[in-house]
Amino acid sequence: MERLKTTLCGIELDNPVIAASGTFGYGYEFAELYDINILGSFSFKGTTKDPRYGNPTPRIAECASGMINSVGLQNPGVDKVIEEELPKLKKCFHKPVMANISGFSAEEYEYVAERLNAEDQIGWFEVNISCPNVHGGGMGFGTDPHMAAEVTKRVRKVTNKPVIMKLTPNVTDITEIAKACEAEGADGISLINTIMAMRIDLRTGRPVLRNGTGGLSGPAVFPVALRMVWQTAKAVSIPIVGLGGISSAEDVIEMMMAGASAVEVGACNLTEPFICKRIIEELPEKLDKYGIKNIRDIIGSAL
Amino acid sequence: MKESIFEILNNTEIADNVYRLDLKGDVSEIVRPGQFINIALEGFFLRRPISVSNVYRGGFDNAGPESGQGVVTVLYKVAGKGTEYLSGLKDGMLNVLTGLGNGFDISKAGSRPLLIGGGIGSAPMHMLAAELIKKGAAPTAVLGFRGSREVILEAELNKLGVRTVIATMDGSKGIKGTAADALKGIDHTYFYACGPMPMLNSIRKVLEGDGEYSFEERMGCGFGACVGCSMETKNGVKRVCKDGPVFSGKEIIWKD
Repeated sequence: MERLKTTLCGIELDNPVIAASGTFGYGYEFAELYDINILGSFSFKGTTKDPRYGNPTPRIAECASGMINSVGLQNPGVDKVIEEELPKLKKCFHKPVMANISGFSAEEYEYVAERLNAEDQIGWFEVNISCPNVHGGGMGFGTDPHMAAEVTKRVRKVTNKPVIMKLTPNVTDITEIAKACEAEGADGISLINTIMAMRIDLRTGRPVLRNGTGGLSGPAVFPVALRMVWQTAKAVSIPIVGLGGISSAEDVIEMMMAGASAVEVGACNLTEPFICKRIIEELPEKLDKYGIKNIRDIIGSAL
Repeated sequence: MKESIFEILNNTEIADNVYRLDLKGDVSEIVRPGQFINIALEGFFLRRPISVSNVYRGGFDNAGPESGQGVVTVLYKVAGKGTEYLSGLKDGMLNVLTGLGNGFDISKAGSRPLLIGGGIGSAPMHMLAAELIKKGAAPTAVLGFRGSREVILEAELNKLGVRTVIATMDGSKGIKGTAADALKGIDHTYFYACGPMPMLNSIRKVLEGDGEYSFEERMGCGFGACVGCSMETKNGVKRVCKDGPVFSGKEIIWKD
């Protein structure tokens, strides 16, 4: 459907809905439920150089309108992703996919991007410099503009595919980080990753998560994400992928009005596995409701 | 996995803080004992995963088992705000994901399987016993509880003709002691166990032969997408919700 089409860093999407990394695996679990080719795209599970088990369990907690996770980038490592996961992904998804990558040093980011660069199906790199659940990596790169710039530069150097930097909301001024990435050649910005949070078990007096803290996601964070997308859209001229708590077609429209060219749906995939399909199906009706002809017309209308 | 709407037929307290919930709807994806369902609750972000205790296929509006319709029974303990809210629902509809988890492998049972349940972990033993009997096995059940007021499923298992041994920590019913104490010396061809981690860890030290254990972990999605409930096994990292919750005793790495 023409009116749902949007463009992200030069690649056309059938619709703006992208399933977010860490909530969609490598696609095939959801392909058992519906044809995932209806999606704009999806961002696969954060991939690192070496295999990672992640943090000890329990690593899931609940709160009002959201959840807190401390998974900690569990993944089989880039070699196994190439050998085992991507062939399975290819069978169920036939569009450009977003490769979410992470690392514990700028060199590791570069290494993983270089290894994945030859994979034809990868349309974009989404560089996670914002995971709050790993020590000595992840978010550490996204809270310092110099380090964010360094990772951008390293990844930029080894690929011609669009590089989208995924930012953390756990900073004083997100526009400063976004501008640093843009200056080093980032093609896009995605935000927000999760907000650092915790719960305490009243019976034990101890944190619910074994890791102590985790990252908050779900509808609870939507207004925060919207605000940060809006601020960032005013500060940079590269496209933005807006994410954080999107749970409806109307949230998609609102996020695009704030300046996002496309959106990602994350936590809600876990509680409502058909949410992306429902949102895509509902979008035309909602566009009618608000008198919008083509969804791309509203990008940044609130700026 | 299937997402569908179920009608609450019954939701009553059957033991101390333990409720039986009967849901009418599409049970076609519930194919093995030991699987679970994941219930969405109004006002709570995460679903509540609860193991299937029994399933009844067909029987409504002259529909046969081939219709996919039926009743699924789950037993749950009120342990937090979500289950407390659930316990207050006496009628209405629930959005439920069915067909989750791998379940027990009944092909390995042999002629005299042993079923071991600890507390609310006894719940899946009802369907398991029924399926085992259907294939000609003669199961024995050992169920452990803290006290007589927590005992569940004794009548149901007796009705199926299962030899059922009850153990209570305070001795208020059956053998005084734990399930581990009560199962010593019971001859069996294979075993199936479900209960809290300390209980599983104590029974594995006294159990002989091969068997399977069903585990519990805090889950995000319940269908393998979020990898929130990972567990290290001898065969690599597994997801309790999707690769489990039932694991062969041979692949478990026990921590003492």
